Amino acid sequence: MSEKVILKVENILKVYPNGIVANRNVNFEVHEGEIHALIGENGAGKSTLMKILFGIETPEEGRIFLNGEEVKIESSKEAIGLGIGMVHQHFMLVDSLTIAENIVLGNEPKKYGLFLNKTQMIKQAEECSKKYNFNINVFDKVEDVSVGVKQKTEILKALVRGAKVLILDEPTAVLTPQETKELFVELNTLKKQGHTIIFISHKLNEIMEICDRVTIMRHGTTVETSYIKDTSPQDISNKMVGREIVLHVDKKPVKRGKVCLEADNLVYVNGIGKKMLDDVSLRLRKGEILSVAGVEGNGQAELAAILTGMKKPISGTLKVRGEEIQEFKPSVLRKNRLTYIPEDRMTNGCAPKLSIVDNMFTDKIEKYLKKNNVFLNRKKMKEQAEFLVKDFNILCGSIKHPVQELSGGNIQKVVAARELTEEAEIIIAEQPTRGIDAGASELIRRKIVEFRDRGAAVLLISADLNEVLELSDSAIVMHNGKINAYFKDTSALTEEELGYYMLGVKRQSEEEVNAIL
Amino acid sequence: MKSKKMSVGQFNVWFEVLRFVLAIIIAFSISFIIMSFSTDAPFAAIGNLFVGPLTSIRRFSTVLETMIPLTFAGLAVSVMFKANQFNLAAEGALFMGALTAAILAIYMPGPPIVVIIASMLAAGIVGSLVCAIPGVLKIKWNCSEMVVSLMLNYVMLYFGTYIFNQVARDPDSAYNASYKFREGVKLSNILSKTRLHTGLIIMVAFVILTYVFIFKTKWGYKLRMTGSNLHFAKCAGISVAGVIMSSQLIGGFIAGVGGSTEMLGMYSRFQWSALPGYGFDGVILNILAKENPAYIPVAAFFVAYLRIGADYMYKQSGVAAEIVAIIEGLVIVLVAATAFLSKFRHRMTTKLSKDLLTSGGER
Repeated sequence: MSEKVILKVENILKVYPNGIVANRNVNFEVHEGEIHALIGENGAGKSTLMKILFGIETPEEGRIFLNGEEVKIESSKEAIGLGIGMVHQHFMLVDSLTIAENIVLGNEPKKYGLFLNKTQMIKQAEECSKKYNFNINVFDKVEDVSVGVKQKTEILKALVRGAKVLILDEPTAVLTPQETKELFVELNTLKKQGHTIIFISHKLNEIMEICDRVTIMRHGTTVETSYIKDTSPQDISNKMVGREIVLHVDKKPVKRGKVCLEADNLVYVNGIGKKMLDDVSLRLRKGEILSVAGVEGNGQAELAAILTGMKKPISGTLKVRGEEIQEFKPSVLRKNRLTYIPEDRMTNGCAPKLSIVDNMFTDKIEKYLKKNNVFLNRKKMKEQAEFLVKDFNILCGSIKHPVQELSGGNIQKVVAARELTEEAEIIIAEQPTRGIDAGASELIRRKIVEFRDRGAAVLLISADLNEVLELSDSAIVMHNGKINAYFKDTSALTEEELGYYMLGVKRQSEEEVNAIL
Repeated sequence: MKSKKMSVGQFNVWFEVLRFVLAIIIAFSISFIIMSFSTDAPFAAIGNLFVGPLTSIRRFSTVLETMIPLTFAGLAVSVMFKANQFNLAAEGALFMGALTAAILAIYMPGPPIVVIIASMLAAGIVGSLVCAIPGVLKIKWNCSEMVVSLMLNYVMLYFGTYIFNQVARDPDSAYNASYKFREGVKLSNILSKTRLHTGLIIMVAFVILTYVFIFKTKWGYKLRMTGSNLHFAKCAGISVAGVIMSSQLIGGFIAGVGGSTEMLGMYSRFQWSALPGYGFDGVILNILAKENPAYIPVAAFFVAYLRIGADYMYKQSGVAAEIVAIIEGLVIVLVAATAFLSKFRHRMTTKLSKDLLTSGGER
């Protein structure tokens, strides 16, 4: 492989307006035609660095070299002009347009300089997808395709604009093992054609599999860059966290208790008439962790929304400790000692502009009032918040700081600290460790297991199969709004096996699925 | 070592003050240039604008009198804004509150103090009802509270004028005015030779109550949660519809009481034939005060001072008092524009953070 340096950053310093130093002394080099991994905990400064390279943020100090020449990248447009493309963690696609339209969006081929040239557009899109061996139908609307295809569209979008250096921000977070494999084949194709890829991920095994070199970041600076063949997963994770971390969570053997959450024949139809839940029944027992695996968009989100009272099912019943829920409202379910770690922490998990202490008691403020039941007991709130900050190892300047100033992993810890308190008897955890670093994930997983050992019932909805296999006692797989498989014991289960059920290639018989009841 | 260096948080407070002062200086400079076109003695004119309100106790008390309804409006708007509701019906609520108070002051029998308390309460309730209309429409049908409330203000003006004509208008009066209020039904004077009335004390009480309500009570807590992130509040089991509704009712109540205070403190007949504009001023105050009820009276004082100063300037120098609208506008634009001085701020934060890094090592 050539060792020509295509991209080099030197002594980058980035300070956000709130005074947080996101990057300092950042140095790294990317060779032409390699897949270069960037790994680090959340808040380590990876996203900031990538935003700087893509022109979304400008650094205070430091220099960037592209092909040996110093460049100033002040907007995404300039970055694209220089041949840098980025695929964000959250897709930036217009759902109601077709794939072809999305690919050319922003530099559409024109007819008479005014009208959209549709034939040319489709030709461009198809040529590009053929060139890189991306097997997609460019006539499909984005809203109808799977996450994997959406991601391919994003990659093509960047390639059509002439990207030579491609930044992928946690591309596999939302994919099934099979889709990930497909992505890796495509990335290797791109690599062979001379493209350079910067691959951001938390998943060590993926980095080991596909990348050539890895740069580790910690606390806003780059720690070291090494060849994958000269390093090991344990080595990388230790350098990343700065201490030894446990990659496995110890669990006591399961002691299942009484059924405390019963869902029967739940049906839910979404706003555009699609049946998202189709006759779903399940039982959740005390002291067990029941995982719900599935490719995103197969009804898990709707299931969580119904179980937490955010949505009302079209038909079907929900019972908590034998009593039927009449009113589907979060307040009703919360009164039944059900807590919820939502998937989207910024929308449903916190009030970003308010302080950490204010965010810790939103669901149980009634317990933190003075005797007159009107005024807030600030002292009690402060003490408890400080305890939780220590207990959950939340990195923050002060509990008075707004939540939005924290890093993603720490925000998630605030959410978890609020939801995992002694009140919690039934815990609905929706992607509790998505997009957060190994250290925070480890802590949250350990806490969830701790609550299960104490007799809480946990429903874990996760797209991270590693997590599913590691934490769960039992598991169900959802496909097309139905429960496709039920595994009472997950100890013998493999990721591949789960993947087949998630994609609907395999499916259990009705009796096997109904074993959960 | 540590005490000498400013932290980023301290710098931000200091910076906000600096920015505000600079905004005022720039606004005045521009106004000064405009003034110099219309008068031969621009220095005298701007001097009058500055010192005018201080030239006599009477003038200074006029500043305080003007500040009272402004503060009420500002508080009303801030409670509604805190729930993230851009409800502008404070204007209509204040108008209807004033009218309600006037009607009771004319017709209600009983000792004056009872009449005053009753008419204030009634004004508050009427104000609540006015502000509730956009709230209900928002919750039930997701109508934009801004559009509804903006239109509603005119509905209230004409509905109020109709009631006024039917019930309270004095046919013997030379101009559009109601019957006189009953003898003694008036907020008493607190400073002789001026019109300053006990409404000032009521205003201070409302500032404290609003502040305590928002930051110290469980209702205020839920209100801030709901206003800051509706989805999250819902998810955490707060009944957001109730919270939004109550914030509109409370905001309306404050506006209504504000209307009655103005009416019973400054007038002896109801004679408004147009919207007084306080509701919109309330929005301005919230921009200046960054939606913190504790700063609302400060902002109200500033605006009132400018307006009275302009009045004096007009009388002394003949410069049109409307110049103040320009100054107000410029200050608001500069205060609201977050980009103003942001480069300077960024350089300073970078420097401070770097100093902290080099002196303190690791974070």
